[in-house]
Amino acid sequence: MEKFVLKYFNLLRTIIAVLIGIVISVFLVYLVSKDPGFSLQQFLLGPLLSRSRFSNMVEMASPIMMCGLAIAVAFQARQFNVGAEGALYLGAAVGTAFAVSTALPAFLHIPLTLLVAAGVGAAWGMVPGLLKAKWNASELVASLMFNYVAYYLGLYLINFHFRDKKAGYLVSYQLPQSAWLEQFIPDTRMHWGILLSLALAVVVYLFLYHTTTGYEIRMTGYNEKFARFGGINVFKVVVLSQLVMGLLAGIGGMSEVMGIHRRFNWQASPGYGWDGVVVAIIGRNHPLLIIAASFFLAYLRVGGQVLNLMSDVPAEMVTVIQSIIILLITAEAFLAQWRYRITVRQAERQGAPA
Amino acid sequence: MEAILQARDILMIYPNGVVANRGVSLEVERNTIHAVVGENGAGKSTLMKILFGMLQPQEGQILLRGRRVHMRSSHEAIRLGIGMVHQHLMLAQDLTVAENMVLGVEPRWGRLFLDTRQAQQITAGVSREYGLAVPPEKKIKDLPIGVRQRVEILKALYRNAELLILDEPTSVLTPQEAEGFFNTLQELKSHGKTIIFISHKLKEVKRIADRVTVMRDARVITTRAAAELSEHDIAYLMVGREISFERLPPPRAPGETLLSVRGLTFVNEENLRVLGGVSFDVRAGEIVGLAGVEGNGQTELVRILTGLLPATSGTVAIRGQRVNGFSPRRIRQAGAAHIPEDRMEDGAAAEASVQENVIVDRYYQAGFSRGISLLWTAIARHTQELIRRFNILARSPRTPVAALSGGNIQKVVVARELSSDPEVVIASQPTRGIDVGSEEMVHNLLAEARDRGNAIFLTSADLDEILKLSNRILVIYNGELVAHFQDTTRLTGQDLGPYMLGVQKEEAVSGEVRP
Repeated sequence: MEKFVLKYFNLLRTIIAVLIGIVISVFLVYLVSKDPGFSLQQFLLGPLLSRSRFSNMVEMASPIMMCGLAIAVAFQARQFNVGAEGALYLGAAVGTAFAVSTALPAFLHIPLTLLVAAGVGAAWGMVPGLLKAKWNASELVASLMFNYVAYYLGLYLINFHFRDKKAGYLVSYQLPQSAWLEQFIPDTRMHWGILLSLALAVVVYLFLYHTTTGYEIRMTGYNEKFARFGGINVFKVVVLSQLVMGLLAGIGGMSEVMGIHRRFNWQASPGYGWDGVVVAIIGRNHPLLIIAASFFLAYLRVGGQVLNLMSDVPAEMVTVIQSIIILLITAEAFLAQWRYRITVRQAERQGAPA
Repeated sequence: MEAILQARDILMIYPNGVVANRGVSLEVERNTIHAVVGENGAGKSTLMKILFGMLQPQEGQILLRGRRVHMRSSHEAIRLGIGMVHQHLMLAQDLTVAENMVLGVEPRWGRLFLDTRQAQQITAGVSREYGLAVPPEKKIKDLPIGVRQRVEILKALYRNAELLILDEPTSVLTPQEAEGFFNTLQELKSHGKTIIFISHKLKEVKRIADRVTVMRDARVITTRAAAELSEHDIAYLMVGREISFERLPPPRAPGETLLSVRGLTFVNEENLRVLGGVSFDVRAGEIVGLAGVEGNGQTELVRILTGLLPATSGTVAIRGQRVNGFSPRRIRQAGAAHIPEDRMEDGAAAEASVQENVIVDRYYQAGFSRGISLLWTAIARHTQELIRRFNILARSPRTPVAALSGGNIQKVVVARELSSDPEVVIASQPTRGIDVGSEEMVHNLLAEARDRGNAIFLTSADLDEILKLSNRILVIYNGELVAHFQDTTRLTGQDLGPYMLGVQKEEAVSGEVRP
């Protein structure tokens, strides 16, 4: 039993953190709601019980997952580029511009549009990488600032050049049907982009753990001096990891536009890039864990929407609950004493010194 | 004799599961010099940290002057009259000696200001009382290591320490400085102090200690009067088997020049000349040792040789091919291997596995990857082979390096570097902080590499290591070569010391070999 705990400590800790978070949320709901039983049911079961809400959860998980993968690649190289939001936004804006101004058959239009968004995102992620590699400028600060630049550039592009004046509100022209990602389950908005994000998770996993470049990225993240010492081109890793970050985020934004809205309708930045940071942290930068983390965060978000819609618990409370859960998961010291005690008992039992 | 300090049945287990002390008991008599010896990882430092209140053991008791004490921090230990001087001195570099002395217990001028004059008087007073000379007004960074260490000791004494714990105090000193340090210890003893010191060096233990405690594998093996044990006995008790103290047998005649350095200079960011025109050769089948007090340019020299730092001027050539300005990878491809001075900083990625650590210089080569994909099965097999050949204590190739002991981490580094089929090996402090058994193994591996025809350039703070292994010895002082000994057979540390301290110096020394 104790060996089991040691082996799966991080997983168990995550589960316990989630459970404690839920207990606290139950408590909070009891504080603010007149009908806490009903509210809780809406919050916890809401996302699972109706087809459309379940679909909402899956749809939401998709862009979050792609941003999480994006952030994970940068974080594995220990590059704190948080520019996923900007790369996603500008990538989708330029991709939209490309899609509405070209007429191509679907088998070209879809991949080319995604490629344009990926390219824009990659370029966007690369710039802080170059600044870091060449002049040691903090990629954290640069990428944060770049998010604003991306937002206003994207907004300008859509509102001044690709705005659909007939639409009655601030959106781009609708994408030609050849650039749509098809929704494949009736009465839901589940689209091919969701499968794309799952496939990307596997691809990123293989990239990080089974390719030479992935190895270079991880070793640089573990110990940059060691990587340099061993002959790894750290300059390349610093730039490339952030480039891949932007690339994945760009795809994430574009696939959302192509699969769900079919036009660029984000007057405010959608925030998936930030959710990406959260799921990368919860999933400890591991692509396969990020799949689970993305669904979990989407579940919380949709549960929050349902709670807000159906009960008297305000949306703000939901954010509080989500924050508590994330805080518990990310706190390194949480339950560390427990592990220490088990370690001691195990060591005592073994008898021989380690 | 009365015991000032007793530890009984200490059990200490670290959060990572390593048992550092098991059933450890120690009795230190008042007014004696008590040495604690043992291989690295034997648990000496852990025990000292427990005695100084920095660690709390799971089980066991500590009795000070016959009374049981529970120390939860080093503050309490200081209050109880225990002082500790760490291996890496803990002084504020930019403050003066006097300021360091009174740090935390400053005499004030008004309520807010440090009374500098009084601080200097206090320092001078304590210095006089114990006969340990220090310059109160000088900044720490301007002082040699030996003097800094004296400041640390005085600092503890000023805080009324009766019992002083010294963690490997001589590891940073030259033979001459060490001599002064032994006098210091005698001086302290004559003032009624009790001293516990940790050491790796058996010679000095024999020389200075009254009693010796030997630790091995987290346990105390024995405590005896130093007079009862010979150096050989102590070594045997530490390792649990016979080890050799002989100089390694001389090699065949050296062959062609493989590493050639000419007029290497380096000026650092602060515009200080760290290296001033260093020239030497290393031939196939020889080990050239570079002796010197740390911080005289050795680190920079090695970093330049391995491509981690660009030289200001001068050339480095491997087998006649100029490699200045080459990336570390291209220098490796030219035939160089590098055992770095700090294994955790440059030599290994602690969180990565053993297999990920051993392929860092070769993952892109055939046999370890095909196209872009890594061949993990082949890599694991290769790692398993190295674990076996270099006798690394690791459960599997996937074990994280952080889970290994210092000696085994060093073996991982050495295994990687020597298995890359190099021509030139640049070994920097190859056995620093590792146990006697691993040290012996690393020495033998270097000698084997030499006999295979490698050219080996060795820098070390451990003079015995330099003397044991080198065919030729260069001495560096202040970034310049000041001596070149072609014949090392009758050389001793005492011969090198004056050069290392800059007291003696030959003009225009070069380590070149003329054909």
